[in-house]
Amino acid sequence: MQTTLTVNGTRHQLDLDPRVTLLDALREHIGLTGAKKGCDHGQCGACTVIADGRRINACLTLAVMHADAEIVTVEGLAEGKTLSAMQQAFLDHDGMQCGYCTPGQLCSATAMLEEARAGRASHVTEDLEGTTRLTRDEITERMSGNLCRCACYSGIVAAIEKVAAE
Amino acid sequence: MRPFDYHRPETSNDALNLADEEAAFIGGGTNLLDLMKLEVMTPDQLVDINRLGLDQIDEVSGGIRIGATVRNSDLADDARIRRNWSVLSRALLAGASPQLRNRATTAGNLLQRTRCPYFQDIDAPCNKRVPGSGCAAIGGELRNHAVLGTSDHCIALHPSDMAVAMRALDAEVIVRDAGGGTRTTALVEFYRLPGDTPHIETTLTPGELITGVHLPVPAGDRQVYRKVRDRASYAFALVSTAAVLRMENGKIVSASLAFGGLGTMPWRNEEIEALLTGEAPSNALFDKAGEVLMKEAELREGLEFKKPLAQRVLKAVLTEATQ
Ligand SMILES: Cc1cc2nc3c(=O)[nH]c(=O)nc-3n(C[C@H](O)[C@H](O)[C@H](O)COP(=O)(O)OP(=O)(O)OC[C@H]3O[C@@H](n4cnc5c(N)ncnc54)[C@H](O)[C@@H]3O)c2cc1C
Ligand code: FES
Ligand code: FES
Repeated sequence: MQTTLTVNGTRHQLDLDPRVTLLDALREHIGLTGAKKGCDHGQCGACTVIADGRRINACLTLAVMHADAEIVTVEGLAEGKTLSAMQQAFLDHDGMQCGYCTPGQLCSATAMLEEARAGRASHVTEDLEGTTRLTRDEITERMSGNLCRCACYSGIVAAIEKVAAE
Repeated sequence: MRPFDYHRPETSNDALNLADEEAAFIGGGTNLLDLMKLEVMTPDQLVDINRLGLDQIDEVSGGIRIGATVRNSDLADDARIRRNWSVLSRALLAGASPQLRNRATTAGNLLQRTRCPYFQDIDAPCNKRVPGSGCAAIGGELRNHAVLGTSDHCIALHPSDMAVAMRALDAEVIVRDAGGGTRTTALVEFYRLPGDTPHIETTLTPGELITGVHLPVPAGDRQVYRKVRDRASYAFALVSTAAVLRMENGKIVSASLAFGGLGTMPWRNEEIEALLTGEAPSNALFDKAGEVLMKEAELREGLEFKKPLAQRVLKAVLTEATQ
């Protein structure tokens, strides 16, 4: 099936079996191997990408469903050679060990800050109609869709706290 | 995954025309694709319903109408839902992960299948997956299974948090059939107990499309959702309770309670509600409510913990809601 995917600002014309997930399209057909396949079942967050500004699990969606979407992967976070604030903060705070979960963490954290800025509540938000303050509890809850086998959580949270405070 | 044809219609009529007996509508795909990868579900046609314009939340006389493809994250975030139907926001925010909620839809959440590991394992007997093949859960390893509404054929749990809140809020499901006719079904009529046909989970027939959910003005302003799970986040409920209460002069004048983690469908028990109505809150009353809730529970080996857990959660929720 003919479809187009716009990834990190570049349009790709692809001929895909409709079974191809967005994750497999990115990795196997476009060659962007940043987004990782951890579980392939929505349980780990390693495949997190940003579609039209929203973080999603690329493993549980079909590429053909995203023909009109703007997809951003970890490869699209930096401006040329300049890392994004979140990428730099992950380096500064040792937010990784093996790095397998990191592309998903970075995309997730980047979109999460936007959600918080837009006033979206989380499970641990006290007042659904109050303002959002990104406390440690808020950050861990909002990032719970990204697991890290190396348990670098303290570094990840410290990095996000740093960027959130800027 | 088995091969299928993919369609992306622009109108509900076209979607209904495309959907044959073996077709599946795809909303977020977070449950359907998961199960298609496991070959638990094997539709030959996928009808993508994301462009039918069913993504609006509209105030209507007597309540609010939520479109079938409204994302779980957008529903939880809606200012009107946060203010007046807060138990629904709370239940949604307690479910899955932010990434999943950004894709998951209202209708897909209602129709998500059980997380019973034997249902997901195509090599295990399962009456829900292959009618008449038996039930590997009965006598098997149990944790995420039902204790209420079960049958000798199936003890699979309904896993949704959202549907529990909707049950307490007296939600109605709006369905369109292939002929273009529309009907509205209360959630209690929508879900079916397993009985000897656990593969038939709802009163929706193949090819019918959910277009939305209607919520009436809530019967109470005191709303609580409490969920207990194996880890603090990103896990299904072991037990959950949604409460929608109204108090006047120190007495409970109206109570709607629904339960997750217990039933083969989102559970409600009118006897508890009658027991609470007209009474002043007390520990003794809440203990009595817990007794009524678990009176008919089938506590198979491995599920015994659900009785004290459900009773304590209910007590905590009633205490919070009546403070
Ligand atoms: C790791 C993980 C953790 C999760 N944790 C939780 C949790 O804690 N709590 C919880 O409640 N849920 C949880 N979920 C489940 C999640 O909420 C569901 O996957 C989601 O709500 C399904 O919505 P969807 O739009 O993606 O459905 P889809 O996958 O698109 O569809 C599900 C079913 O509904 C049918 N369907 C969809 N829309 C319509 C329609 N309009 N009319 C008729 N049929 C339709 C489809 O054909 C399919 O059979 C979790 C899921 C995962 C993967
Ligand atoms: S690979 Fe997508 S969530 Fe694990
Ligand atoms: S750094 Fe190894 S999995 Fe997170």
